[in-house]
Order: sequence, then structure tokens, then C-alpha cells
Amino acid sequence: MGKDLATLRPAIAGIGETRLGRIAGRTALQLQAEAARAAIADAGLRFEDIDGVVALPMRTQPSMMPAAAIAHYLGIVPSHLATLDLAGASGVAMVQEAAQALQAGSCRHVLCVSGQNMLSHRSRDDAIRQMAEAGAAHPQFEVPYGPLIPSLYALVAQRHMHEFGTTRAQMAEVAVAMRAHAALNPGAHKREPITVEDVLAAPPVSSPFGVLDCSLVSDGACAAVVTMSDRARDLPRPVVQLLGFGQGLSHTHVGEARNLVETGAVRSGAQAFRASGLRPSDIDVAMLYDCFTITVLVELEDLGFCPKGEGGRFVEGGRIRLGGELPVNTHGGLLSGGHPGLPGGFFHVTEAVRQLRGEAGARQVPDARIALVHGNGGIIGMHATMTMGRADAA
Amino acid sequence: MQPDVPARPRPFPDAETAPYWEAAARGELRVQRCSACGTHRFYPRALCPACHDDAHEWVRVSGRGEVHSFSVVRRAPSPAFAARVPYAIAMIALEEGPHMLSEVVGMDPDHVAIGLPVEVAFEDIGEGMRLPVFRPRGEGGSP
Repeated sequence: MGKDLATLRPAIAGIGETRLGRIAGRTALQLQAEAARAAIADAGLRFEDIDGVVALPMRTQPSMMPAAAIAHYLGIVPSHLATLDLAGASGVAMVQEAAQALQAGSCRHVLCVSGQNMLSHRSRDDAIRQMAEAGAAHPQFEVPYGPLIPSLYALVAQRHMHEFGTTRAQMAEVAVAMRAHAALNPGAHKREPITVEDVLAAPPVSSPFGVLDCSLVSDGACAAVVTMSDRARDLPRPVVQLLGFGQGLSHTHVGEARNLVETGAVRSGAQAFRASGLRPSDIDVAMLYDCFTITVLVELEDLGFCPKGEGGRFVEGGRIRLGGELPVNTHGGLLSGGHPGLPGGFFHVTEAVRQLRGEAGARQVPDARIALVHGNGGIIGMHATMTMGRADAA
Repeated sequence: MQPDVPARPRPFPDAETAPYWEAAARGELRVQRCSACGTHRFYPRALCPACHDDAHEWVRVSGRGEVHSFSVVRRAPSPAFAARVPYAIAMIALEEGPHMLSEVVGMDPDHVAIGLPVEVAFEDIGEGMRLPVFRPRGEGGSP
């Protein structure tokens, strides 16, 4: 890739987060203000420099035109605003939207921000009920049967076990790896180490899942400042370039899925790799949407890290742990880092930036140069993938 | 149902789905079939996903299919389902092609398995509505 083209690439110039977990007494907007302020300061910019905002709806604080409401709340005077909602694929899609607005010349510095008090807003039971009845299940054709969100992903897991011989212990390894990573992340929601035996013996939720196969319900907010590489070079932080994006959709509701074990990640991953001239073997660290343990196995397959059906065997032997061949979700992911709902997948983006800057501390992947981030929305139907690299990597 | 047990979430027929729920109330499973290319489709939609023609009819399907996947729910999503656990949510592959989410009834939920032949049944959910569910079907057996 020539230098001229490289300077035209979008880049992430700043990141900011709240911690994840129970953060009582704060609204979604207050949480987002904390993350936004941290990201803008990290970028070495002032609020006056921000002229674009990309945001997500707030289930815990419904608002008309969320991106506009958030921009105004933060005192930002925008020339480009976008609210999008691709459920768990939103984190990656926000960065893609920002990159395209920058490449079109609509604005110079875009704040991507999202946050929710998903845990403190109501009781955990009410949050689970709300997700089951007004979440990813079809309101007429699925909700009346009483599925949990875990039940709908469990359909994928059962089918994967049936077709490929995947075991509960292989899925449990994903949960154990995420917890081991979260133990090294002071901002993570759950940090006490767990074993495969703990995952298998955890209270059952919806077969084959026990509670430790399921992601958390957390409060938290996350933000990033996206700009063009030529401007990012003049800012204080190491430049992290955005190399390629892809999206893929296979279904909205799981009841309509033609194939439960092969997803839109095939398309989103291929597109992101093609756009960046990279292959799975080029990836030093991967951030994969981990709403349930099975999700990571299917994504590893569909993104091309292993053949279809081999995801369970791939994660054995510590391959996705720090020190393994492909460290995944070094922050602990949604399973242990925390899951505030729509903002959840955005923490995968900020962790990738931290890794590529070499600022991940105890959980740093040595010499991480290229990262992949993948988001998955709905019941494994909507996918967004991006590749990112250090400025010297491309 | 106990008066203090909240009602389970009910379908709310709209202009697009009313034919499905009206048929179910009569004990019939009906889905849309494209008048142009003959593709069966579910969930209901205005255009055929295969050829994008808008002409369609609601046709009665056999109600036979097999369990494509399933999950036994052990933690109720809301108090309305608390007395029902454990129950087996299942994705049913209908003989005519469409998939649908439903519940397998009439057997121990822990014995539900992928590939199990099933046939539709209708569960009364009050106010004149019935919910299509599925029960195990013997070889060649059809009511």
C-alpha cells in the first residue's frame, strides 16, 4: 500500500471508557459523557474540535434522534450526525459510519459513543424479561413461546453439537478464557477465575447453556474519536488505522434462519479481509462478539480462522487465551468484561486500539500489529467485521 | 390459570399476520405461498424473498416436519412461564420448507432431539386464540 493511500485512511485517535459492572445512580447520558470526555482528551482534542457524532439508541433512556440528543447534551456543534442500530454489530458499524463520513469530507473528527445503565436501570430479572420480550425474539411468532435470548442462541449450539460433535466443555473453554482475560482487566465486571468444571456445573439456563455460557448484564459506556490518518499523525496517541470493513446479514429473527451454523460473518469477514488485503493468518489479536460461548466458535469458523465445524477443537489447548496462537477478547469480552447491551460490542473496538498501541498492560499481546474486530447482532443474523493496524503495519 | 399469575405474552395479529392467527384459531397451519414462483414463506411478508413478486395466497400446510434444533428452557423469562419450566423451545423444519419457532409438547422435554418427526397441534391461549405447537409423530402417523 502506497504512502499516499495510507494517509487517506481513517484512524482511531482517542478512546475512552467507563468501567463495566454496577454503576448505580448514573443515567445512560451521564455514562456517555464520562466516556466521551475521556476519548476526546485521549485524542488530545477539545470538544470544539468534534464536528461529527455517531451514536446508538438508548434502551434505558429512550430519546428522540439519539445522536443529535447526545451531541447537544455534550455541547458539540455537529456537521454530521448518525444514529444507527445493528444490535450487537453496532460497535463496528459505528466506526465504519464515522470512517465513511470522514472519507466523504463531511466532518473532521467524529465522536462515536454509546452507553447504558443496563444493570442499574432496573432489576436483573426485569432486564432479562425485557430482553426476552422486546429484544431479538419476534414479538408475534417467538415471544409467545417463552424463549430466553439464551434459548435462541442455544438453538445454534445444539445444532452445532449435532452436526460437528462440538462439546459443552469446548464451549466452556471460551468462558474460561474470557474470565482469565477479565482477571487482568481492572475495568471488567467479573474477575474471579473459573474452570471448565465450574461452567459445566453452573445453574442451567436453557440447554445446553448454563449461566456461565451467557454474557453479563452490566452498566457502562464507551467512546472513540475517529479522524483521518494525516490528522491523527499530528495528535499525541499512536495512530491506529482502519484497514477494511465488511457487513453480512443472514436473517433478522432466528426462526427464519435457513442455516443455524453458518452466518453472515462469512460475508462480512471476507469483505473486510478483501478490503484490507489481509488473511486470517495475519491477525495478531481478535475481538469477537461473545454474547454466548457458542458465538465465538461459529465466528472463528465463519471468519476463516478454522474450517467449518472445527471451532470447538480450535479453542482447546489455550489457543484463544493470552499466550495462545490467536488471543481473543483480551479485555474479557461480554462474557466476563461486561455487557451493557448495545454498547457492548464497542468495548471490543477500544480494546483492539489498546492492543495495537501497546498499552494493554498485563494483558498485552506482544508486538500486536494487526487486529480484527467482529460484531454480531440479533440472533447471530447480522454481522460487521473490521481490520485495524498500527501505522507501521500496512 | 391462577388469577395472580401474569398472562403469557400473546400474539397481536396485524394486517399482515391476521390470516395466520385466524387459521390457527380454526386449527389450521397456513403460510404464504408466492403465486408467481410457488415458494412457501414464513414469517409473513409483502414480497416473495425468492422472486420479489407481491402476489401470494395463504395455503394450508401439512403441519408435518422435524425438529431442526431445540433448547430446554429451565429459567423462565418471566413469571408467566415460571410454572411451565422445563419446556422445549424448538425450531421446526416444515415439510414444505419454511422453518418456524415453536414448542414441542406431549413428551418429556429432555427427550426432545434433533431429527424428531413432529406434527402440529394447537394450544388454546384464551380469548379465541390458539398457538401452533408440535408433538411427536409416529412413522407414517398423521391424524
